[in-house]
Amino acid sequence: MRTAASVPVTAWIGFVVIAIYLFAAIFAPLLAPYGEAELVGRPFQPWGDEFRLGTDQLGRDLLSRLIYGARNTIGIAALTTMLSFFIGVSLGLLAVVRGGLFDHILSRASDVLMSIPQLIFALLLLSAFGATAVNLILILAIIDSTRVFRLARATAISVVAMDYYEAARIRGEGVVWMMRREILPNILPPLIAEVGLRFCFVFLAISGLSFLGVGIQPPTADWGSMVRESATLISYGNIMPLLPAAAIAILTIAVNFVADWFLNQTSGLRDAK
Amino acid sequence: MRNSLIFSVARLIAVRLIFGCLALFLVSMLIFMAIELLPGDFAEAVLGRSATPETVDALRRQMGLDQPAIVRYFSWIGGAIQGDFGVSMSGFGSDTRQVADMIGPRLFNTVFLAIMAAICAVPVALSMGVLTALWRNSVFDRVASVATLIAISLPEFFVAYLLSYFIISKDMFAQSQMGLLLPDFVSQGFGWLLQLVPSFPTLAIIDDAPFWEQVWRLSLPAITLTLVSVAHMMRMTRAVLISLLSSPYIEMARLKGLSPMRVILHHALRNAWAPIATVVAFNLAYLIAGVVVVEVVFVYPGIGQLMVDAVKTRDIPVVQACALIFAAAYIVLNLIADLVAIISNPRLLYPR
Amino acid sequence: MPSNAPSPHHTGDDRLLEIRDLKIEGQTDGIWQPIIHGIDLDLNRGEILGLIGESGAGKSTVGLAAMGYVKPGMRFTGGSVNFDGRDLLSMPDKDQRRYRGKRIAYVAQSGQASFNPGYRLIEQTVEAALVHSVLPRDQAIARAIDLYGKLSLPEPEIIGFRYPHQVSGGQLQRAMTAMAMECQPDLIVFDEPTTALDVTTQVNVLASIRDIVQEFNTAAIYITHDLAVVAQLADRIKVLRYGREVEDAETQRMLSDPQEDYTKSLWAVRNITRTERSSDDIQLSVKNVSASYGKTVKVLKDIDIDIPKGRTVAVVGESGSGKSTLARSIIGLLPPDNGEVLFQGDALPPSIGARSKDLLRRIQLIYQSPDTALNPRQSVGEAIGRPLEFYLGLKGRAREARVAELLNLIELDESFAYRLPGELSGGQKQRICIARALAANPDLIICDEVTSALDQIVQEEILNLLIRLQEELGITYVFITHDIAVVRAIADEVIVMQMGKVVEKGSRSAVLDNPQSPYTQLLLSAVPKMDPGWLDQVLAERSK
Repeated sequence: MRTAASVPVTAWIGFVVIAIYLFAAIFAPLLAPYGEAELVGRPFQPWGDEFRLGTDQLGRDLLSRLIYGARNTIGIAALTTMLSFFIGVSLGLLAVVRGGLFDHILSRASDVLMSIPQLIFALLLLSAFGATAVNLILILAIIDSTRVFRLARATAISVVAMDYYEAARIRGEGVVWMMRREILPNILPPLIAEVGLRFCFVFLAISGLSFLGVGIQPPTADWGSMVRESATLISYGNIMPLLPAAAIAILTIAVNFVADWFLNQTSGLRDAK
Repeated sequence: MRNSLIFSVARLIAVRLIFGCLALFLVSMLIFMAIELLPGDFAEAVLGRSATPETVDALRRQMGLDQPAIVRYFSWIGGAIQGDFGVSMSGFGSDTRQVADMIGPRLFNTVFLAIMAAICAVPVALSMGVLTALWRNSVFDRVASVATLIAISLPEFFVAYLLSYFIISKDMFAQSQMGLLLPDFVSQGFGWLLQLVPSFPTLAIIDDAPFWEQVWRLSLPAITLTLVSVAHMMRMTRAVLISLLSSPYIEMARLKGLSPMRVILHHALRNAWAPIATVVAFNLAYLIAGVVVVEVVFVYPGIGQLMVDAVKTRDIPVVQACALIFAAAYIVLNLIADLVAIISNPRLLYPR
Repeated sequence: MPSNAPSPHHTGDDRLLEIRDLKIEGQTDGIWQPIIHGIDLDLNRGEILGLIGESGAGKSTVGLAAMGYVKPGMRFTGGSVNFDGRDLLSMPDKDQRRYRGKRIAYVAQSGQASFNPGYRLIEQTVEAALVHSVLPRDQAIARAIDLYGKLSLPEPEIIGFRYPHQVSGGQLQRAMTAMAMECQPDLIVFDEPTTALDVTTQVNVLASIRDIVQEFNTAAIYITHDLAVVAQLADRIKVLRYGREVEDAETQRMLSDPQEDYTKSLWAVRNITRTERSSDDIQLSVKNVSASYGKTVKVLKDIDIDIPKGRTVAVVGESGSGKSTLARSIIGLLPPDNGEVLFQGDALPPSIGARSKDLLRRIQLIYQSPDTALNPRQSVGEAIGRPLEFYLGLKGRAREARVAELLNLIELDESFAYRLPGELSGGQKQRICIARALAANPDLIICDEVTSALDQIVQEEILNLLIRLQEELGITYVFITHDIAVVRAIADEVIVMQMGKVVEKGSRSAVLDNPQSPYTQLLLSAVPKMDPGWLDQVLAERSK
């Protein structure tokens, strides 16, 4: 195993930033000076001692909403990513182990799902089912799981081509053993790196949809909708809409830094063999 | 021999075209079905609980909901092929509006913006991708790697608002909110730099202005889209070339004493067209999605903004039409990439 | 200049290449480690040097270093490469490139990989001549066609206008030699140019290479792991191991009187002698089996063979002969189209799914490449323990004890149970694969090219281990191989396959010493012998 010294600066920055965000998300009620949807002042109060970052268009404390936003936005994105991986990985491995028609149908189905741009597909489904948090999670998880499916299937196929996989087949092992013991441990590193990338994608998609007004709905504090709500201020040279947008950007950059480092490392290990 | 070549190419292309049409057909079914899955009665859901039974009935009839789904699908897709996407629900009652009439001019605007962004993005991304691959692990490559990694992490609206912010506050940056936050010399220096930036319009209005005037007005949204898509495209181009550069035939080319430039341009690029075409198609599709957000930020009357508004008001025929157009664009782009792959691959052109 | 540098032909100005104290490092996991620890090499004009060693010996690295080149991820750390009086290592890249392709050319192992799939052969053949302004285009093409003819490629005027994928492997190696010859270089580095070819093709390519190098009096460095091959061409042979020189001598002397034990071990497999045994007790018989991939490609045609119990039957053939497919059919991976396989008198169900656990247990398979045959994420104990648990229901202590027993049986320490395959050498991994097969207490083991991926000395150890295990446990082996030396070492009976058919079968002595079918005769005559005159002899016999 490599020592910590060989971890690049960017990855370190990434880890630190992620830790700060997680801290803010977990301890939001303790850190935030005011409540999430509490009306505490006049609309658009400037920065000052009372309201560190001023108030929004309804007179809610912006700093508090930013902190609660971490909880809501990250929580929903993480939940979506987990669901997406659960669906994608289990179907991907099953497709490879079962093979034949089963694999063929699943692969073609994912091809068709993937030939609609993700954001457009999400908009379509949200218009049909309505924009609730649960729908948002389910819809994005299903759309995104096609990408996970494809990666899991592609990496699993390289394992299936290996003699040890065939050896287990000849031994007479069942489907569950094949998936859990022969394939999964060998495709874990690229999958873990992909978790980072998929999280970034889901996180940006949720923020984008919220920004468009069809994602997370008020009064829940969420960074994407906070940008939309204060967007008009930009024409007066006010940076208020940039703050939640920057919060989104910085977390995504941090996760990407870590995922990129991890990806390089796993692919480097593969090259060495 | 020439004839058989033309024949085999034609056959390969025909196969891809058929697959493309099939994909489009399946996607259109999916788009249609997604609405069918709507819980409860569609008309009621759209009109809300307060609607009278009469209006619900009227809407049902207008939308043909009393007919079986399969009939409705074929009449919808049949119309769509002829450019008729049905009637919008936004003007239900007195004045009905054809979806096609709403989409037409906006589609042109969106395509105009997308093409502008693509013209900027593709050459920059490809040439930078080639250079980073050529100078792999150099300082330039490392800086580019971190910069592109940051760029792909930025939400489109962040880039868009940041650019607008700079343009808006460019004459008085040092005195602005952000300028006061930064140390004096930084904000002054930055303000001075901003002076050099032309005053791009921050709203992208479309009217009868001359062509170059229109291009000028679209520069900010186009730059935003370019920034966001260049990073992806560049990283993928680099990855494609680097995996090609590890092939034994590249080593052979080096051992023939060829210059690094000739190795890349003559030997690597020859085999890179297919994967690069795929990369470009993928990213142009990404650009399509980016268009939606950028149009909303710059209040640009394109199809993306139309779709978002339709989603909010649940104007289903408009949503379906927009989704179908976006998906078709995506499929056509991929089809073109496939065709490039065919004509650049001797293995497919000259079978054994 | 070190005094021990061997220089049999040293005659001053005849010297073309002088490598002194060459040191190269390679990067693994971000750490630079030495690969070549100071090698000297001399080559005169027109001389052919054989560079021989096993995998990891650094022979390709030295060959490329003769062109002033290292692969990405490696670097020169010392020494000099003097080519015709100038040090390649100390000159800038731009000047180096003037030598490469023009005065020093390279022929790689695989034409399929080393020709650019996007250009016609002729384009690639003339490229170096055009880039280095050696010849104008029309003359370059004329010379290429002439070279194609000299290298006995069919239809030399036309073949250059094909793409690499339209030409066979043997032809690509000839075309690559033509490509190297195009600028009439002073030196050509041949990096295992015939290793990927079947033996019957290898003979002809070898002869073509030798003729053309002699005709133009080109000096050559010929890299290979096969001493018998290099003996046909080289004036002198240098043996490398772990990046150091072991021995350097003229070819005749190297073969007749090797000084170092390591050199002798290079033909270790040929030292195994085992008396041939026969048996009438049939364990497995294949009755009229035909099989195909998909619906169209028929790979097995009416195979009819018997495998006697407790004996070793070698199935021999070149690539595409169907020998591995036969193994897959027996094991149940590829159900036959017709015919059946009888195991101890009873018909085997055609596919794995239809076989009982006990039947699966009785027939085991060992693979060619131990690297891919072991799950890298399972420890040795898990790999060997799984069949114990799966087939025999052993758990906990009993299982651990049996794993230890099996490790002892294959001559490894019990502590190996806790290691991962990545920590083991190739030979150790193959032993683990053997132990995994033994864990099932099988009656029959199919060995699919089990020694092909291993170095000679390790091959000998594995073969001796297998022989010992058979004597102790009475297991039947079906030994699939393309290597006649291995057949000679281990087989009781031999089956020769060609294009999906059995062309000859019988006892080892009958098939190898007195072959009846023309194909067997061709196959056996094509196997290089440790005798510099062998190639001439074969060619002379063929032309009769």
